[in-house]
Formats: sequence, C-alpha cells, structure tokens
Amino acid sequence: MKTIKNIGLIIFLMGLATFTVLPVIGTYKLSADTFTEFVATKGIKSELFVSEIESKVVGQSFEGMMAFAPQITEALEFANTAHRKNKEYKKVIYTGPHDMAAELGKKSGTGFLVENKGLMWFLTFGLGIIGALLFILPNVILLGQKGIKNDGVYHQSSTNQGWIAWMVFIFLVSFYLILYFRSEYAVNWTYLVDPISESLSGNPAGHWFVYGFMYCTVMSVMAARMYIKYRHNIYQVVRTTSVLFFQIVFAFLIPEIMVRLQMPYYDFKNAFPLDYDFFFQWNIKSLMNSGGIGVFILFWGVLLTLVIVPVMVYFFGKRWYCSWVCGCGGLAETLGDPYRQHSSKSLFSWKVERWLVHSVLLFAVVMTGMTLYSFFTETGTVFGLKTSSVQNTYSLLIGAVFAGVIGTGFYPIFGNRVWCRFGCPLAAYLGFVQRFKSRFRITTNGGQCISCGNCSTYCEMGIDVRAYAQKGENIVRSSCVGCGVCSAVCPRGVLKLENGPEKGRIDSNQVLLGNDVDLMELMNEK
Amino acid sequence: MQHIVIIGNGISGVTLARHIRKLSDHKITIISGETDYFFSRTALMYVYMGHMKFEHTQPYENWFWKKNRIDLVKDFVTTVAPTDNEVHLASGTKISYDKLVIATGSKPNKFGWPGQDLEGVQGLYSKQDLDNLEKFAPDRETCKRAVIVGGGLIGIEMAEMLRSRKIPVTFLVREKSFWNGVLPAGESALINEHILEHHIDLRLETNLVEIIADENGRAKAVITDKGDTIECNVVGLTAGVTPNIDFLKSSGIELGRGVKVNRLLETSAKNVYAIGDCAEQHEAIGNRRPIEAVWYTGRMMGEALAQTLCGKSTEYKPGHWFNSAKFLDVEYQTYGWVFSERNKKDHEQHFHWRHDTEKICITIAYDKESKLFLGINTFGIRMRHEIFDRWLTEKRTTDYVLEYLKDANFDPEFYKQYEDQIVSKYNLESGSTISTRKKSWKRIFSKT
Repeated sequence: MKTIKNIGLIIFLMGLATFTVLPVIGTYKLSADTFTEFVATKGIKSELFVSEIESKVVGQSFEGMMAFAPQITEALEFANTAHRKNKEYKKVIYTGPHDMAAELGKKSGTGFLVENKGLMWFLTFGLGIIGALLFILPNVILLGQKGIKNDGVYHQSSTNQGWIAWMVFIFLVSFYLILYFRSEYAVNWTYLVDPISESLSGNPAGHWFVYGFMYCTVMSVMAARMYIKYRHNIYQVVRTTSVLFFQIVFAFLIPEIMVRLQMPYYDFKNAFPLDYDFFFQWNIKSLMNSGGIGVFILFWGVLLTLVIVPVMVYFFGKRWYCSWVCGCGGLAETLGDPYRQHSSKSLFSWKVERWLVHSVLLFAVVMTGMTLYSFFTETGTVFGLKTSSVQNTYSLLIGAVFAGVIGTGFYPIFGNRVWCRFGCPLAAYLGFVQRFKSRFRITTNGGQCISCGNCSTYCEMGIDVRAYAQKGENIVRSSCVGCGVCSAVCPRGVLKLENGPEKGRIDSNQVLLGNDVDLMELMNEK
Repeated sequence: MQHIVIIGNGISGVTLARHIRKLSDHKITIISGETDYFFSRTALMYVYMGHMKFEHTQPYENWFWKKNRIDLVKDFVTTVAPTDNEVHLASGTKISYDKLVIATGSKPNKFGWPGQDLEGVQGLYSKQDLDNLEKFAPDRETCKRAVIVGGGLIGIEMAEMLRSRKIPVTFLVREKSFWNGVLPAGESALINEHILEHHIDLRLETNLVEIIADENGRAKAVITDKGDTIECNVVGLTAGVTPNIDFLKSSGIELGRGVKVNRLLETSAKNVYAIGDCAEQHEAIGNRRPIEAVWYTGRMMGEALAQTLCGKSTEYKPGHWFNSAKFLDVEYQTYGWVFSERNKKDHEQHFHWRHDTEKICITIAYDKESKLFLGINTFGIRMRHEIFDRWLTEKRTTDYVLEYLKDANFDPEFYKQYEDQIVSKYNLESGSTISTRKKSWKRIFSKT
C-alpha cells in the first residue's frame, strides 16, 4: 500500500512538473494570414500596432513566451502612447497588453504541444489525476478503522507549515499571479483543454477555462480524499457531494453550454456581492441584449441576493451556501481541508476579521451604488470619483489579489478560508442574517465538554469553538460556515449543527453544566 | 479584598479563579510547578498524536491572566502552614493567604511493583509525562514495543497514542474483560474486539510482576504473572490515579486518600479548601465515589467554591451522574447509573442492544419492579445531555424513555438512526408494545 502511495506521488509530481514547465517552453510563430484575420475580427484600428507587429513578429519564430510576449506588449504600449499623444483616441487599443499577448500567443503556438493536445493533456492533467488518486485511495486501508484520523497532522511538513507547505504556497501564488496578471504564460495550458472546451462551448479554451477545468479536477480528486477521510461521517460525505455537484454542474458545465446556445455566460449560484461585477454596466448591457434569458438572469441575480440567500440562511444557516454550494467554499473544503487547522484563533484575528470583512462588504456596496447611479444617470463620476476607477480598484484588490492570490495561495500557511473569513462580502452579508435571524446554531451538549480543543484547532473559520462549548453555551457566530468538522472531531459528542426554534438559540443551556439546579439559578441571577 | 491562593492550575483551580474574578475583586494567585499556563490535560494525547500543538491545549490566550488580574506563580508548594496562613514554595519564597484552595489533582497509581521508578516507566497525566513519552517513544525505531499496565481510560488512550506512531503495544489488563468493573459485559466485549482491531496485543487477566532494567537503569522488559517476559522500551502505568497530596502530610489538615472536605469543600483547617481530583468527600454523594477524578466535577467544584468564597455559601451538588470517553474510534457516553454485572444490585435490570456489524450499542439500566429508568450507556451514538438529565429528574420509566428516545439523539445530521430497531428489540424481550415518537423540538426545549 505504501509503495502504491509512493508510486502515485512520483506520477503526480511528473504530471505537475510537466504542467509547471509548460508556460516557459514552446515555439510561437504568427503567420501573416492569421494576423490579418485577427486584426479584422478584433477591429483594431491602430496601423502603428499592426505595422509594429508585422515588422517585428509576423513570420518570425520565438522560443518561449518570454521572447514572444514582450514584442506584443511593447508594440501595444508604443502604439497606444503615440495615439494618446496625438489625441487619436479612436485608434487606442483597450485590450490590456498581457491579454493581447495571450490572444496572439494562442494563435501562434506551434509544434508538438499544439499538435498533440490529447497526449499532452494526459501527461499533465492525466498523470496528475492518476498519481493523486494512487496516493489517496490506499488510505482506505492505511487509515485503518473508520473514525477521525488526524494522526501526524502536526508532524508532517506539508500540513505543519513546513517546507512542503511553503513550496505549495509558492506554486499556488505563482499560478494565481499568472492567471490574473500574466495570462500570456497560460497559453500553453489552454491548448491542453482545447478539445474539452470545444466540445462544450464550441470555442477554444482561454485561461479562465483552464482555471475552471482545473478547479473541477482538483475538487473531484480531493473530494475522493474527503470521502475516505470522513467515511464514518455521513454529513461530510453528503456535503462534499453537494459542493462538488454545484461546482461541476453550475459553475462549470452550465455556463459553457449556455455559451454554445448563444446565451450569456452565467453561474446561477454565484450571488452578488461575491459576484461583484453583476451590476457592472457591461454585464447589465450584455444581459439586456440577450433577450429573455438575459432578463431572467438579471431578475434571478437580484432575487438570489435579496430573497433566496437570506431566506435559506434563516432556515439552514449560512452553511447552505458557504459549505454546500459555493465554489470558493468548495475548493476550501476539498483542496483546503488538509490546511484547515492553520486559521488563527486569537482574539486579535477575530477583530481583524470583523473590520476587514465588513469593510469589503461596504466597499462592494458603495461601488455597486456608484455603478448603478452611473448607469441610470449615464455619468461616469459620482462625487468626483470615477466609477470605473473604483471598479478597477475593487477588481484588482479584492477580486484578484484577495480572493485569488491570497485566498487560495495562502492555504498552506494561513488556512483554507482566508478569503471566506476576512474578505468575502457575501459571507459578511450572510453572517448578519445568521447571527441575528436564523434557526441555525451549533448546540453544545450540556456539560460534556472537556476543553480538549480539537474543535477550535480544526475550525477553518478561526472560531474558538471551545470557548463556548466549555461554558455549555451554543455557538452562534456570524462567520460559521457550518462545515461540521468541529462536531466530527469532538471526542465526547459535544457539538451538533442543527436548525431549530429561534427561541433559546443563543444562551439556552449556558449553565446546564451538570451542577445542580440551585447553583444554576444562582449563576443565572448574576 | 482578600488574597485567595490556589495551588494547582488545572481545570478546578482555574475555573475557581475565573469565577472569583467574575464575582469579586479579590486578589488571586495561582501556584503551579507544572506549566506556565493552564492547559487541558485531556488533550495531551492529541499533542503526541499530532492532532494539535501543545499551545492548542491552552483554552485561554497568554494575555488572559494579566488582563483578569490572576497572578501566576510557577513553583512547587513544599509545605502548607495553616496556623500561619502561609504556603512555602520550593524556591524558598513564602506566600501568605486569606483563603487557600488546594487543587493539586492526581498522580498515577504505583502499587510497589519492582522497577516502577525506572527510566522509561511512566504514567500519562502531566505535561512532564508527555515530554517523557516524546523522549522515550518518539518512533518505533527508538521504542520497539511498549507495555501498558492497567485497563482503564488512560490505558486505552495511551495505547491509542503509541499506535498512532505505529509502536507495537502490549496491553496488560487485570480483569477478564476490558473495564468490566464499570461496563456491562456486552459493552466490555465490544471494546475488547475494537482493541484487537487496532492491532493492540490485549492480554486479559494478566498482571505485572516486575519491570526489568537494562545496564543503564532503563526499562527493558516486564515479567507478567503468566510467566511471560515481554521486551519493551516503555512501560505505561495506567492503573488509576490517586490524589496528589504528599506535600500536605505535615500540614495538620485531615487527609484520607485525598484531602477530606465537606459539601462546602472546606477542609479541617480554617480558611483552607480543596477541590477537584484531590478532594475527598466525607460521605459519597449519591452513587458517586468520595473522590471523583473527572473533568467536569473539578470544574463544578470550582464554580461552587467561587460562590462560597465570594459570599454566597454554596454546596457542591453535582446533580445526575454523567460522563463520556472515547475508546479508540468508539465514542462512549453515559447518563445516570448503569453498573457492571460485578457492581450492580439485584433490582437493576439491563436492556442491551447492539448493531449487527458496526461498533454501536446501548445499555439501559432500569428497576426490575417499577421499570424506573436508572441510566443509559451508549457506544457510537451521541445523546442529548439535557434530555437525559430531565428524564432522570422526572423519574421517568424505561418505557417512556424508549418512546421518546428520538428526542435524545444527538448524532450529526443525516446519521442513520437506530431508535426503531432498539425499541423493537425491547418490545420483543419485554413483551411491551412501545412505538417511538417523532423528534419534537417543542419537547426538547420545554423546560418543565
């Protein structure tokens, strides 16, 4: 069994290594025909850019994206600077330089990779999946009897912030930096999944398709790990199946298929304000131009945020979204599960959390207010602030850096719910509902708590569960995503997630610690 | 404002200090030689197993003590002089008090076995025990086998710990079946099976005779009363605990096995109290033992004494017995009294149900004549404390308990429920016709 695991690890690392070198290898050659066609379809009016590319790029061969991309970005910046100087605003190209490099790069790739997409998919994704499964599946036997198996979590480099964790950290952060800021380096990855993308939406893959596909793959493989690890706990099994289903079907398949059907790309479960650009002008316009389905989506999006989400939180707590449906939550609960113990439980962190997450919510609401105001009044500024620059700031700081780079990249160091805890505006909104108007609570079982601290240690949201449990108090916290792991790891059967009457939800049996009634009443008086 | 000095920073002493601070402005000093800060002893096993770091066992952050004006002194108390209202510390310092509380807990039992003080022979109680285990049994290369002596809760925990590092474990148990002085036969049998499933070499009805040393004075083998010599590098002594009160022998305070206290937790010396594992009631409360080495009783004594010390004289009244534990992967809870065959009285009758394949079972104890519900043990099913506490107070019959058993289920959502199976077996055995009621929030929350 151990041997199978090790072979799996080697196979996985081979796949990972191939995937990792892809961004920097390959030969790029832009043909004159392709470029002419590209200029025509994109409607590029800058003859400067066209001539620059024609003279410096077209017909030549570049080894690696490092050689190819600077030609494009420099040409673009050169052309745009000249046009702006000459006030030829119609000729300015508004596609970002790195997006332009990615688009042209995609059309210029040549050689083995482009001709053997299937094989290369197997050597990257294929090996990764097979290797990871070989590494994970033997645990059915190796973990022994079913039950909580956290043995060695704090002895292993990978799960105790050791060097392996730091390597994973570097890998994830670099991956997200490429994804958000240097998409041209993801071009080779897009070739791997072209056949899949074409079969779904009919279009070749972009880097976001790579991300979406990878997201689903990683979640599926790590869900297998969850199923094995928590095989004694049906709540975890059902919940994992649910997040996996919503990711694959709602976040991945349906939007791609909608594109094939000439509909707008939309993830029906992604609620505003997590889906922060839902009310952006371009989105509203594109939805309104998409006929009935567009109007429906617009209606659905508003209904989801204003009615469905809060009503469901009332009945089931925030968990129905955060750990049963949400994509971010889905990754956190599968890929992130080995790192859940790293969330800080200090009072200081809780303070930071409240300031930060509510600031982001405020930011999102103000930005959306400005957006809608600008949309209806058709002005670009509100109180002298440019709506578009506020939007861009949010997209960069919150959408890309916080949610992506920090949110996932920091898994191995700060735990798997950094984004959900400190940054997600939707979580903050749901938190209000959960805290003040909901049937959900984690019930503490009378006086059975022995203060061991397993619950607090494994709370991914950094809630000091023990602090409540040892006082016999129920846990009603706005941040709780209801993953159920505190209940799972409790050795004494103290915690239970439940939806019950609101009455007595918070301070119900604070003093039923076993001490006799007189003392209980005495304590109550204070 | 009085100066209240507490010896021991375990759950009893710390609960006391916290509650005194909630209720008053008294000066509070906690003396402990074990660790700088309070930690949860029950979680030491998880540190060794790698589930947690030691810091995770500390329920309060380090700033908590200063902020709440609880002074911490790291030292051992050597003598208590009630006549001078003073305690003497190992460092030579003397601390005077207005009120003194002894909360020094327990130490592992040693029954005079030859070799019991050798290196590599230890209990599992204190932080130092954890450090020693880490030193003598860091992995299976250093510790080729461990022998554990004493089949109780700490013994099985220690076995689980060592197995988590793949160290072979031999488990010597005096009884015919694991913990059968406490558990009824069916449950004890279930745990025997589970111990074997975990590849622990369980030797029932086997006693330790002697621990043999190597040339460096370290344990190298044990000899059992069956005549076997078992080579090992670590010997765990887990045959129960005894109050940790040797330092009080010259104090003049009345001692039994523990520090003798009345229901107000007062000792024989004026202004001196004792709480937690080290306190011994003059007369046992109900079916409880005079000395209760249980986590929650320590906490409850701390809560009760805090009231007394802050002016509201309050007796220690622990209410209905309950407890819980975990045997490897099997959780155990108990509410009320279920005695083992060895200890049960004639009027106590048992109903036992066990799952066909899973390690799940329950035992309900009831009065043969009146059918009065006496208590329940559950393995692999979680139960709601509040509900059983209420049923015991209301003196419900077993038929009532079974009828409403679904109200008491505390397993996580979507878990398979066994109440119907349990009740149909009971009906079959007793000729009753009980049918289970659906769980009702209204009943669960009604506080009659």
